[in-house]
Amino acid sequence: MRKGGKIMFFTALFVVVLCAPFILNMGSAQAAPDPSLDTPEINALQEKECIADTEWMRENHMQLLDDWRWEVIRNGATEYVAPNGQVYDMSLDDTCLSCHSNREEFCETCHDYSNVELYCWDCHNPDYEE
Amino acid sequence: MQKDMKNQNSMERRTFLKAGAAVAAGAAVAGTLSGCHGGPITNKADGSEVVEPKAKTRQWGFVIDVPKLNELGIFEEIKEACHAYHNVPDTGNPKTAVKWIWEEEYHKTFPEIASEYLNEEIEELGFPVLCNHCADAPCVRGCPTEATFKREDGIVSMDYHRCIGCRFCMAACPFGARSLNFSDPREFLDEVNPEFPTRSKGVVEKCMMCSELIDKGETPICAAMSQGTIIFGDLNDPSSDVRKALNENFTIRRRVELGTGPSVYYIVDGGEA
Repeated sequence: MRKGGKIMFFTALFVVVLCAPFILNMGSAQAAPDPSLDTPEINALQEKECIADTEWMRENHMQLLDDWRWEVIRNGATEYVAPNGQVYDMSLDDTCLSCHSNREEFCETCHDYSNVELYCWDCHNPDYEE
Repeated sequence: MQKDMKNQNSMERRTFLKAGAAVAAGAAVAGTLSGCHGGPITNKADGSEVVEPKAKTRQWGFVIDVPKLNELGIFEEIKEACHAYHNVPDTGNPKTAVKWIWEEEYHKTFPEIASEYLNEEIEELGFPVLCNHCADAPCVRGCPTEATFKREDGIVSMDYHRCIGCRFCMAACPFGARSLNFSDPREFLDEVNPEFPTRSKGVVEKCMMCSELIDKGETPICAAMSQGTIIFGDLNDPSSDVRKALNENFTIRRRVELGTGPSVYYIVDGGEA
């Protein structure tokens, strides 16, 4: 145990460095995101329903948007038949964002929380740009 | 004994390598030959109009009556309308210019057939040039991410989301019909048309024949504004307007010798006949 002290010291230092992110962020946990549905367009709806149920949309909206993009751009398709039989225009601007017009309170609450960068508006719906 | 085994093995290895080399050489030769002759290519993206005419699929195209268009003097208007609708930025620098449709002189439009002594009237004409929506588009072949692709109706279109800005397509296009956004295009747009998305930095763009309007049953903007001097239609449909125009006029296409099968035809001699 000639070098026991050094081994112990550097092991402790290693553990501290390893745990640094947890130690530094202690107590600064963010509240779970709460996306807001309070837009004039949604409030005007008689029956507040999206093209699919909330749970499904929460998990699959990115896949859905990707499928729409593929269909619209490559196959020239424009109509999407929702699970409930209703037909929607396959358009981020005209369908999704016409109701969810509150980008900051809706999209970005979750995306900020999960640290997934949104760059839709780099190109789409320039009205959002101030 | 062991030595014998070894010898046998090495012989086998030798024969194996020989056979392998022969197969590889055969494949290479076959590949080159089929490349030269076109061959019966069944791949959709490779289906060249010369090799395998598909009568049933569409191929949208244009016939441009250049003298008449010049006479009307409306090209600048058409270009502005196209660029304004599609949010094409005006960078003000020819090195970083983004162009969907623009004007070029005869010598630059048809360099391989332009001669030193040219009819003065033709020399003075401005030729509208744009993406030729080739039947066998080299940009589609070059694109490593399938961002550029050929639609069923013959339009060479782009999915800007997938473009990584590698510019292989720009190198492949013999018509210079593709432009890269060297910086954020919104900086150069006075007004943004909310109907059409802008692009972002590092993305290549080009004319997409107003595919979004065609999907709605409308005519591309340039053709709609041209007062009949840019005729739009299905090149594979013998009764279409473009085919009628091709029947009635002598037309030329750009860089036909490259075999890309451009879908834009030019009437150069006027339409008086």
